[in-house]
Amino acid sequence: MTSGFPEIWDTRTFGRALDRAFNGIVAEWGETLEMIFMPVLRFITGLERGLQFLPWWVVVLAFCLATWAAARRWQPVVAVALLLVLLGLLGIWDEAMATVALMLAATILSVLIGMPLGIAMAQSDGLRRGMLPVLDIMQTLPIFVYLIPFVMLFGPGKIPALLATIVFAIPPVIRLTDLGIRQVDPEIVEASRAFGASPRQQLWTVQVPLAMPTIMAGVNQTTMMALSMVVIASMIGAGGLGYQVLQGIQRLEVSRGLIAGLGIVLLAIIFDRIAQSYGRRVQANLHRDGK
Amino acid sequence: MRPVKIRVEAVSKVFGRDPKGALAKVEAGMDKARLLGETDHVLGLHGISLEIGTGETFVIMGLSGSGKSTLIRHFNRLIEPTGGRILFDGEDILGYDETRLRAFRRRKVAMVFQRFALLPHRTVIENVMYGLVLDGMAKAQAQKRAEAQISLVGLSGFEASYPAQLSGGMQQRVGLARALATDAEVLLMDEAFSALDPLIRHDMQMQLKELQARLSKTIVFITHDLDEALLLGDHIAILKDGTLRQVGTGADILRAPADDYVARFVRDVNRARILLCGAFADAGLVSEPGAPEIAAEATLEAAFAAFATGAESVVVRGADGQIAGALTPHKVMEALARV
Repeated sequence: MTSGFPEIWDTRTFGRALDRAFNGIVAEWGETLEMIFMPVLRFITGLERGLQFLPWWVVVLAFCLATWAAARRWQPVVAVALLLVLLGLLGIWDEAMATVALMLAATILSVLIGMPLGIAMAQSDGLRRGMLPVLDIMQTLPIFVYLIPFVMLFGPGKIPALLATIVFAIPPVIRLTDLGIRQVDPEIVEASRAFGASPRQQLWTVQVPLAMPTIMAGVNQTTMMALSMVVIASMIGAGGLGYQVLQGIQRLEVSRGLIAGLGIVLLAIIFDRIAQSYGRRVQANLHRDGK
Repeated sequence: MRPVKIRVEAVSKVFGRDPKGALAKVEAGMDKARLLGETDHVLGLHGISLEIGTGETFVIMGLSGSGKSTLIRHFNRLIEPTGGRILFDGEDILGYDETRLRAFRRRKVAMVFQRFALLPHRTVIENVMYGLVLDGMAKAQAQKRAEAQISLVGLSGFEASYPAQLSGGMQQRVGLARALATDAEVLLMDEAFSALDPLIRHDMQMQLKELQARLSKTIVFITHDLDEALLLGDHIAILKDGTLRQVGTGADILRAPADDYVARFVRDVNRARILLCGAFADAGLVSEPGAPEIAAEATLEAAFAAFATGAESVVVRGADGQIAGALTPHKVMEALARV
């Protein structure tokens, strides 16, 4: 007899029931779900193939253009170009592009889902009260707890990796969209109402533009978290730089792991530069002072 | 009497969980302090009735917490009353649905805010166009109208600037141009000049008077500054603790304050600048030949100059051209003395 907590109810039966239910879902719905997510898979694979197929300098140019559009300054553009070339020199170009594809897809989907949710949360206190604990759970639950069920549902591959990445990375964009909109100067919102703005006009002419710096901070965090998920995601067949790290560990090849790890760091710096310089430009637009 | 533009009938406002229930308690005799203590409801306004005439500047004045900002927000329904009616051109605006209300806000009333409330991410001209664009006006036309308003408030050349690049006074002129651009009949000005420093404030007051002489809008102006109220207001309403203490012209209020509160309020005013000669001219008094003349609508202060040159009395001539009477220094002193 151990002196542990007394067993008041039969947890094993409950656990088994849960397992059976989940297995049922997998058997019943697995294929349907896979079909539903087929377009998403095509999108990622297409993105990956495209990035790998294009000559490296075209990709570098595209990144430079995106940086210019975001920052309107040449310093970050040069930095991004140099970092990308360094990535190529390390000999991990293709793997890096696979990682970029997965990360971009996860970030884009996170923003597409997260921003409307954040906006809705900012409008409704009830929804906010309900969502905050869910977001806390998503951020604290160990990744493997939901990674394994995703694999069971979809089989190893890019889709479960993408979904796990989204679950892990989406909370910041939701939280900061909500926060940004709630922090908009109420007098300016009132002014837009006084001039007869409909709720939608109010949202798009005042609330979203003024919340943009905060929202961008959320997008930046989401990007970084998505990037940090790629190593784990590679365990379930996502490929890319994470897979190289994993192989390095398995084969005890320190160099392989080190170089791939360095590649992930370089990608993080690149995306951080782009997002931050955009955020700074939006912020500057809101608080321009005399020229 | 001018035709009535806005009629406020017994408007009350209670903030809290159950405003209607709380208002019933107030009607049954509970006072503001007990309402807050026992039911956690705040009585914002109670039983406000007033009439604002077309084309006049109506000043609502009171100290902070008097409910003046709450009251002005009832006129475009940014705040909904708990009880009472608000008629605009005889039409009950509380009956408007969302669509009607938006059209009403876009075309009939415009508002100027204490802290300007300009859109910081838009240029001056985009800010002035804001109300027009919300109403769906074509961009080119809106731009043309906005340019006209910008030059009216004297900001030509700053169209492409951002609000943060302008001084406070210039920002508020953008706010004024934005309100004028929609060509609304009624301007609601919520402490519009309170955030400006004194010299700029005086310039803005003068500019508003000058604009008003040209445009004859109906202006509802909120202020906590009695001098501003007396300078701008055709009529002044004094608000305290959510109730109306007195409504009248500046001269009415100075001459006959309705209660102690109003009397204390007006005690330190420079009466010579407010009271008019016409009100104190003595019709029975015959002035010596060659006495200087003064208009009935001139302030008493204007008569000082004549007395300073040694005149025994001044002749007061009314707006109709008839002599209304005469004023002596003694009479003026009597008018200025605080009883």
